[in-house]
Amino acid sequence: MEIEVPRKNKLWALGIVAFFVIISVGTFAAHEYYVYLQAYLWFGFIYGMCLQYGRFCFASAFRDLFAVGVPRMAVGIMIATILFGFTSAFVNATGWSTFHPAPTSIHAAIAGLIFGVGMVFAGGCASGSLYKSGEGNGVAMLVVLSISVTQSSFVDIGGWFNKLVPKSWAASAATKGLPDTINVSDGWVDQYLAGYVWDQPVLRVAELMGMKTDSISGAFLGNLLTGVGLPAMLILLWVYYVWVKRNYKKKVVQEKGVFTFGDHFRGFWSMITASKRTSIAGLFLGVACGLQMFVIEGLRMKFGVKNAGTILERLGYDFGLSAKGTVFDPGYWYVTTQEAQWVGWLMQKLGWNNMDNIFFGWVNGIPNPAFNPADWMSVALIGGAAVMALLHGEFKWKAPTKELAIWALIGGALMGIGSRLALGCNVGGFFVRAANGDPSGWLFGIGMIGGAFIGVKFFNWWTERKMAKEMAAFDL
Amino acid sequence: MAMKFEKKEDGHYLLDVTGYVCPHPQIYTKKALEKLSGGEMLEVVFDNPSSSESISAMCDSNGNKIVDKAMEGGIFTFKIEKD
Repeated sequence: MEIEVPRKNKLWALGIVAFFVIISVGTFAAHEYYVYLQAYLWFGFIYGMCLQYGRFCFASAFRDLFAVGVPRMAVGIMIATILFGFTSAFVNATGWSTFHPAPTSIHAAIAGLIFGVGMVFAGGCASGSLYKSGEGNGVAMLVVLSISVTQSSFVDIGGWFNKLVPKSWAASAATKGLPDTINVSDGWVDQYLAGYVWDQPVLRVAELMGMKTDSISGAFLGNLLTGVGLPAMLILLWVYYVWVKRNYKKKVVQEKGVFTFGDHFRGFWSMITASKRTSIAGLFLGVACGLQMFVIEGLRMKFGVKNAGTILERLGYDFGLSAKGTVFDPGYWYVTTQEAQWVGWLMQKLGWNNMDNIFFGWVNGIPNPAFNPADWMSVALIGGAAVMALLHGEFKWKAPTKELAIWALIGGALMGIGSRLALGCNVGGFFVRAANGDPSGWLFGIGMIGGAFIGVKFFNWWTERKMAKEMAAFDL
Repeated sequence: MAMKFEKKEDGHYLLDVTGYVCPHPQIYTKKALEKLSGGEMLEVVFDNPSSSESISAMCDSNGNKIVDKAMEGGIFTFKIEKD
């Protein structure tokens, strides 16, 4: 397909890159601490370019399998997870990893299910909606807005919702020694977190096997081989067996007249290499994700900090720091928490006291988005995707239709709720955790696959109705 | 813009899903192809970049042939011959 890229596209792409360069140089001139934020920015830019180039969308992965039988993205995601697992294992073995595993229990799978339905309705996952915003897609922008507002409101719901809190959660939450400013007895999510989630085991596959995560055997044999490679390979085999084998066998039989056991290996390999574009993006994403952990940890050591909250305080921006003086600073790729933060910051400015909950007040804070490292990452991700889309002639402003706007708002809301229940989305809740040998990541992933299946069932019914109406005039 | 399906000429149909995001373009394409007979042509017009790979992979897998692919100003036009 021949594509002629207009000159104005190239100029816009150059303009976006120049904007980020000016921000970087200007802030560095103001203080070297800004390097910390710049690291987030440029990794975000790389993620955006990779995601757009590879059409990397977690929603597409299992939705397209169930909806149209296309395994391309599911395969790409698994390849990227394995590659990220490899770089993570290396970083873990050096002891420089910023990764922290999440509590593991059924809540991760339930949250994944809600998130999975939401991402199919919305037409993209949390990271997919960000990169599609960079393509000028108005529906994706609405999804991002919906995820942001829902999360920010959901983490602060109390009042009548307190009646839905099991007594055991309320009792357990009260024993956690949280300060009075958090008021843990008021808020459904607060009591869910402190009274249930925090009581669940936090572990990694290496530890389950009796190894240390920061040892070479624990990082490579425990977390990478057993915790990442094995489940990813099982999923790939499932995809091959259910969606690829039949058509591949048909092709081979037509060509050679016979299908041997060795052809299964060739068929499996052809599935892996089917989409060069997705695989290349997966390779770069995997390497960049691991490298970001390494760089952020290095910068923390250089500046003698454990969290960006200290850097912001030293720079004089102490508004919105949590009660512990911290802000959200994962040290790796994350999407949804910073989306909740910018709306949280806005709501606070409009007079809503949302610092009396665990999510904002105790852990993540609501710093000014202009100085929030994770927000720099997300804005740059949109920019990176825009540059890539512009250079391939794929950038196009698209206003959402009424139908798609409704799906975007509903889907975004479900993803927002799922993200907060799991403490992460398809990136922070699945991709990063699964690649680091955290079982809660795979539980979220299983839930997400189930949610995608339910969402596709619904969309099949919905589109069938519409197609029947459109085709009624034809004898088909 | 709403989804549009119309007959251009005998054995040649147009499916316009411009403005739709994933998964709509690929699902509508799949459903439209299922209704057509072998040898008939479906022209799909869409502007969601990621659907281009999904539709290509779907056709490759199902044996339907994409005889022409074009993209201009962010709008893709695929001509697909039903197997």
